[in-house]
Amino acid sequence: MATDPADVVDVGDETADATDYNGYVTTTEIAGAEDGPLAGKTVAVKDNISTEGVRTTCGSAMLADYVPPYDATVVERLKDAGATITGKTNMDEFGMGSTTETSAFGPTDNPAAPGHVPGGSSGGSAAVVAAGDADLALGTDTGGSVRNPAAFCGVVGIKPTYGLVSRYGLVAYANSLEQIGPIAPTVEEAAELLEVVAGPDPNDATTEDATEHGADYDFAAAADGDVDGLSIGVPTELVEPADEEVTDSFWSAIDDLESQGASYHDVDLPSVEHAVEAYYVIAMSEASSNLARFDGVRYGYSSDSDGNWNEAFAETREEGFGEEVKRRVVLGTYALSAGYHDKYYKQAQDARAWVKQDFDESLSDADVLAAPTMPVPPMEQGENLEDPMALYLADANTTPVNLADLPAISVPIEETSDGLPVGMQFVGPAFGEKTIIRAGSALA
Amino acid sequence: MSDDAVDPEDVRHVADLARVDLDDEEVDRFTDQFADILESFDRLDAVPEVDRDEELANVMRPDEVHDSLSQAEALRNAPESEEGHFKGPKVS
Repeated sequence: MATDPADVVDVGDETADATDYNGYVTTTEIAGAEDGPLAGKTVAVKDNISTEGVRTTCGSAMLADYVPPYDATVVERLKDAGATITGKTNMDEFGMGSTTETSAFGPTDNPAAPGHVPGGSSGGSAAVVAAGDADLALGTDTGGSVRNPAAFCGVVGIKPTYGLVSRYGLVAYANSLEQIGPIAPTVEEAAELLEVVAGPDPNDATTEDATEHGADYDFAAAADGDVDGLSIGVPTELVEPADEEVTDSFWSAIDDLESQGASYHDVDLPSVEHAVEAYYVIAMSEASSNLARFDGVRYGYSSDSDGNWNEAFAETREEGFGEEVKRRVVLGTYALSAGYHDKYYKQAQDARAWVKQDFDESLSDADVLAAPTMPVPPMEQGENLEDPMALYLADANTTPVNLADLPAISVPIEETSDGLPVGMQFVGPAFGEKTIIRAGSALA
Repeated sequence: MSDDAVDPEDVRHVADLARVDLDDEEVDRFTDQFADILESFDRLDAVPEVDRDEELANVMRPDEVHDSLSQAEALRNAPESEEGHFKGPKVS
């Protein structure tokens, strides 16, 4: 009989992933406080969120042995709330991907649709929740990385308003776009986890107090399923291009909401036609700057180069980064280089302001906007790896929300005829988390 | 094809600026892929100029000494250190 690793490894030690779908990079057991709103709950944490004493790899060979000396603010809050942290979940390298296939620790399978990608970049977080290996999980959403895997794995994910949740201790990819967000089987549980991690943090100057925006933090109470009188705007630009089975499922969910007293009307968001390229210019530009810190001197992988500083730096980064990371760092450097800054980066900032303006106008006569979270059902493993542009276009419905700094939730709706999960996204006004939670809770 | 389609030399030049060595196959793949990606970026030309009314405020705090990582903790992840310093490759 084989030896069970649990018999020979002390609880609390890091062990290899125990799931058969590669959901974790590192499994562990970090006990929280005895009492608190999450006492008795297990929470998995995406592997780009710092955990003191437990390695935090960002899905990269560059950080395979990196052990943070401090906890991210959200991790401190999980512990204080009594949660038990089960491990660090697999992800696209540094969050750069939509399928969790770019991880240096291998791809994660989709427990809800084996053989298909779990979405990404927080694919491991959505997978462990879908498989029931953790009650809840934290992901991060820079251009859809919480909502996309939630949709593909048939669970709930929330991307909070920019500034609602502290990013202190999150390894930065694109600071101006990203937020940490909860993933859970139901809207109510996702809202409970959001309550624990939300709120201002002196260590993150971009956090804001929701109460100064006429909101409060009673998110779970908003999951009452009451959509009577809710006004839903449907941006045609985000529905029409989607896969037919996805749109069928979307309209069934709208019918369901109407039968519960909600109403819908079409809205126009012409700016979203430019959201994907604006997102990629901004995200890659920020990434090229953020990832400059990986020099093989202060932390992380270091090559055995005999060369000078610049040569050693370039060799360390060639060996430590995967191809998608190199692609984005090089493209970001290009977009910021002399002669191209105005053409790409400045135009992308204009597009971002335009997207914000469009959403603000649409949300002035609708409570929420609704669209399919992803325009397609989960792809088969390996399907798009060689064609980065095709994968970038799958982010069409999620990236506009990050550009606009708004909150959004993805909830599971009717599956395709092949049994593949489909997600519906509700977008609300800034600090309108309770509105999207209420809308989502009518469906999940 | 984008007006700004890049050739392999451009890819090598920018990769050099970014301090990322690429092998020949990566340079070839990136040259092809960048043509598609930059063509999509070029569509940003159609974006109108938009008034940006950012409501940004500086977040200030008193300049006081706080507890922070010890030197040993800060050096713990360094591949090489010497006498309390990070040790890097030679500068030239």
